[in-house]
Amino acid sequence: MRISDKFEELKSRNEGALISYICAGDPSTELTKSAVKALIKGGADIIELGLPFSDPCADGPVIQSATDRAISAGMTPERYFELVSTLQVDVPLVCMTYYNIIYKRGIKKFIEDCSSSGITGIIVPDLPVEESDELGLACAKNKVDLIFLVAPTTNENRLHKILDKSTGFLYMVSRTGVTGGSTDIGTDIADLLTGIKKCTDIPIAVGFGISNRNQVADIISYGAEGVIAGSAFVDIIASGKNVEHRLESLACDLKSGCRE
Amino acid sequence: MNKSKYGIYGGQYVPEILMPALQELEDEYSRYRNDPQFQQDLNYYLRDFAGRETPLYHAKNLSRKYKTKIYLKREDLVHGGAHKLNNTLGQALLAKYMGKKRIIAETGAGQHGTATSMAGANLNLDTLIYMGAKDVVRQKMNVYRMEILGARVKAVESGSKTLKDAINEALRDWVTNVDTTHYLIGSVVGPHPYPMIVRDFQSIIGKEVKEQIMQKEGRYPDSIIACAGGGSNAMGIFYPFIENKDVSMFAVEAGGSGMELTSKAALHSASMCTGEVGVLHGACTKVLQNQNGQILESHSISAGLDYSGVGPELAYLADTGRINPCHVSDEEALNAFHEMSRLEGIIPALESSHALAYVMIKAESGELGDLVVINLSGRGDKDLETVIKAGKWKGGNI
Repeated sequence: MRISDKFEELKSRNEGALISYICAGDPSTELTKSAVKALIKGGADIIELGLPFSDPCADGPVIQSATDRAISAGMTPERYFELVSTLQVDVPLVCMTYYNIIYKRGIKKFIEDCSSSGITGIIVPDLPVEESDELGLACAKNKVDLIFLVAPTTNENRLHKILDKSTGFLYMVSRTGVTGGSTDIGTDIADLLTGIKKCTDIPIAVGFGISNRNQVADIISYGAEGVIAGSAFVDIIASGKNVEHRLESLACDLKSGCRE
Repeated sequence: MNKSKYGIYGGQYVPEILMPALQELEDEYSRYRNDPQFQQDLNYYLRDFAGRETPLYHAKNLSRKYKTKIYLKREDLVHGGAHKLNNTLGQALLAKYMGKKRIIAETGAGQHGTATSMAGANLNLDTLIYMGAKDVVRQKMNVYRMEILGARVKAVESGSKTLKDAINEALRDWVTNVDTTHYLIGSVVGPHPYPMIVRDFQSIIGKEVKEQIMQKEGRYPDSIIACAGGGSNAMGIFYPFIENKDVSMFAVEAGGSGMELTSKAALHSASMCTGEVGVLHGACTKVLQNQNGQILESHSISAGLDYSGVGPELAYLADTGRINPCHVSDEEALNAFHEMSRLEGIIPALESSHALAYVMIKAESGELGDLVVINLSGRGDKDLETVIKAGKWKGGNI
């Protein structure tokens, strides 16, 4: 399913999107499969599936540990695409990985593999818009959305450059820092959102430090089309306790914030 | 060519949050690099605080033994015991001019961390050093040195708990505190403009050599030899000679305990010699990695060369044939360490011992020519424990 279709569908229902991140192969491909099912059952609209990299410099400790567990358990790009192609789901699947993983496989091949396995969008946190031409071309050719991040530090000039190249949705980073922890959802986020929305019609999803329903409700009320939560789900997987059930109920709770 | 690139290498592969900071750094650096006041301040610190210029010393005994006229560029005499301070003074001063209150840095063995702590203390900057938890244990003395100088040292527990993880953690700090903080990178690595800035600050080494060798010999050397991990001392001595095509240049990487790879680690740190093109720590360069693109842990007896990547400009110069990448093993470097100490009365750093070893191995082949300059990038006092542990003690009964 294409990301834009999902946002259209949600718009007609007047709902925000819940985008849920987990790391593929953490701690096993079997668990990833059941975790994806649980997240969708709980209400996740888009699944962001991390393809682990040894040096994830944009991630906080929770996702770093997930990455280490997944690599130790044998996750590779080859196995990742196998896993993705076995997921029988009717929500968009987005790949999150670092640029070296893509570069090493070959940009063209990587994106073709995304396309043929069922990935319809890709997020590369260490690839700024200036370095993205080659990947952007391959994505366009294979109908894979290339999703860029904007940050509180992004100035207007850069924002326009990023918007020019963005497809799918725009990933708005809620604060300076790495993934995880907790973010106070305040007026600065509202201002940032308002500023970006003036310049674009592309859906905006806010991520970094999102873990509870109130945050989600605030972000949606400020005008975002979606939220991204990752570390909160990964924490549950790391605990190893009652994982599927707790993933489902957290997704359900966050999704309820998208409907308020 | 894009100004941030060296051929296909270099660039800026960092999270969006940092892009404006890199732009700011580039703008401010181009504003101050030729500013007379900045230059005057920097020259003052380099002369009166760091002890420049450093001598170009004719190593008579070494020359006699290897039948080649060998000069040593004595960066071991820079305050702190290595060339690292050339860069940290430059960047700390730049941070000061930029109005930053806080500097952070990564360190492997602790040499760059120490040099950063010295500059930070002197220029009144709040200083935090990230160091892999394994390195904190291995290099306890340097941790004390940094702490005595007033810096805080944070042990990094993630990943392989070594230099590459310390860089990741420093990047994470910078992403979080980008408004107040300057990230003081210690080598010619990382996203543009760092490889350029660090090269420029280290180029003082090569500039001095150019004048000194002219005075002493009336000509440029046939070859220049420097060790290369990230490659800052190599770029520093090579760069002013790039256009002098008659001067051969050799970048000696750490061959470690063997040239093999496993799926998780390399037994060496020879990324120019054996690495593949990849993206690490913000730059496209030659990287030690497995077939899936995961970065491999590297190895060298010399902590300062123990890194999975290399500066992008060095990777480019190697591709174009302007410099010759090569490698020597842990054992060869240890032998050179002892030979140099006994022949010349200078204890070299294990890093610099790699450059010395290459000359000792190659001198008689004639490949290096008759007049050779070696960058003696640091002194070896810090390495005594490592040498003893390696079972290579030649200092009598202890």
